[in-house]
Amino acid sequence: MAAQDAARANGAPAQPWWERRAADIDQLIARYPKARSALMGLLWMAQEERGWVAPEDMDFIAQRLGLSRAYVESTCSFYSLYHREPVGRYVIVVCGNVMCGLRGGESLVRHLEKRLGVKVGETTPDGLFTLLVTGECVAACDGAPALQINEEYFHKVTPERADQIVQALREGADLVELSERIGLTAPGAVWEAGESA
Amino acid sequence: MKYEKVLTKGIGEVDLTRIENYEAQGGYQALRKALKSMTPAEVHEEVKKANLRGRGGAGFPAGVKWGFLPDDGRPRYLCCNADESEPGTFNNRMLIEFNPHLLIEGILLAAYAVRAARSFIYLRGEFRKGYRVLMDAIEQARAKGYLGDKILGTDFSQEIVVHRGAGAYICGEETGLLSSLEGGRGEPRIKPPFPAVAGLYGMPTVVNNVETLCNVPFIVDRGADWFLSIGTEKSPGTKIFSVSGFVRRPGNYELPLGITLRELIEDVAGGMLPGSELKAVQPGGASSPVLLPEHLDLPLDFDSVQQAGSILGTAGVMVFDQSVCMVRTALYYADFFSHESCGQCTPCREGTAWTARILRRLEHGQGRPEDIEVLKSLRTTMSGTTICLLSDFSITFLQSVLKHFAHEFEAHIQGRACLAERPREVRSA
Repeated sequence: MAAQDAARANGAPAQPWWERRAADIDQLIARYPKARSALMGLLWMAQEERGWVAPEDMDFIAQRLGLSRAYVESTCSFYSLYHREPVGRYVIVVCGNVMCGLRGGESLVRHLEKRLGVKVGETTPDGLFTLLVTGECVAACDGAPALQINEEYFHKVTPERADQIVQALREGADLVELSERIGLTAPGAVWEAGESA
Repeated sequence: MKYEKVLTKGIGEVDLTRIENYEAQGGYQALRKALKSMTPAEVHEEVKKANLRGRGGAGFPAGVKWGFLPDDGRPRYLCCNADESEPGTFNNRMLIEFNPHLLIEGILLAAYAVRAARSFIYLRGEFRKGYRVLMDAIEQARAKGYLGDKILGTDFSQEIVVHRGAGAYICGEETGLLSSLEGGRGEPRIKPPFPAVAGLYGMPTVVNNVETLCNVPFIVDRGADWFLSIGTEKSPGTKIFSVSGFVRRPGNYELPLGITLRELIEDVAGGMLPGSELKAVQPGGASSPVLLPEHLDLPLDFDSVQQAGSILGTAGVMVFDQSVCMVRTALYYADFFSHESCGQCTPCREGTAWTARILRRLEHGQGRPEDIEVLKSLRTTMSGTTICLLSDFSITFLQSVLKHFAHEFEAHIQGRACLAERPREVRSA
């Protein structure tokens, strides 16, 4: 993540992501009949680069699309997946809707709080994990309780499996590969791995 | 009983994200057939004749919807609603992740039929894998000449733009989706004008659900008569039921519309979990009123479910057992809808928040006797009083459990213990 932060740490002058990715930005805007439609894509790009959307990102986006700064921030704040404050490298979002809640989601949250040593909404001191709960159903009800880490899925997350996932990420596992390998996200994977209760 | 899989054929057996595997089971044949031998009007007519009803929840016939576009020379747009967020629903996500070319082919055929200038997929922000899969599939299709300029050597050209949402349930509402796609807050708009007349950028626009569009290639390839031979007379075709809750085998199951609730739960989903007894079912996501064990022989099609007092909705079938407290479940939904209300309309913004406060009070044993009447009165104050239907749908489950499980609410108010057992936790997989 955070190419800019890494550059700063190396003592190199930080080149803003929007200069480095100028071609991607032009391409994104060109996909739409009207440039304003690229606003959400640019906010995603900022988050991809920095891990969150910083005030200077919104300054740039407003200027690039010819929108007011207030309009950009008002749009950004409407959507819950944009982080407007720094977050951990891995943002763990536990599904807090009905099916996951009924099928172990609540105790999963308590377990993760204990395991990570943080409360919901907080980031571990090493900056690795932020723990969140969403009220939105994440569309994984057959894999309840489910969670997402940086929008990658993990189904049927028992406390033991949660520990396994956290440990693997601490050891530097690739998130996408981890989700594919142990996320139990393929159709039928959940009950083939053992029916619950 | 075994039923033929149509939209889900090959999923779990073949890697359909690879275009050659999709082609090997007949993929892109419908596009070829339409572009070489059918006019746009003929494709439209076939879909209309098939009575393909919208799979996103409303059940409105797609062919009729397409017919609402005025023929006035303005550019037309097609938007695929892939913002699947209705609690209890997860079939679009599977189609996107495991059969992306079917969706692309369906969009191309629909775009051809309505003569769209450009197509968009409004993809739920949480579907990051789905985004990767779709972007890759689009490039595969382009390399084979199925997408881009002069598709298959014809005069038909089409681009599909994938637009990522960022976490807002309301963007699944079609005008909220359009506001978001235009680059802003996903706030719904007053209808009329409907999107068909003034949609994306004010232009004529069709918004169709993922599963709806995935049916189009089969209707074009095999014909409307074939489609009409599946399901019921008024609800033809298959439906992917997303089954979750206290059953042995939760998952997505593609079945003919009109299959009974009993067959779905007892045969297809393996029956209730050991020790679980059926208490209630929501047949169509969070917005659907509950069905009861007495409804087990109800055919699951649009009209039958409506006649029984609920809605088929998204066919997100949530199965509850005796351990589930209805007050607590209503509170979950109330918190959800309160968070997801866009805030434009007072009855919704204030109403959803107050619903949650009253239910939280009840859940914590501090309910007041008058609370039940207040909650019942929301039927008039929160229904039909707002721009979109979020407000109306936020209380449909609540109203149905107030009717069928009134004793649970009364017990909470009288300070007695919750009548439900505590839900059991899942074991290690």
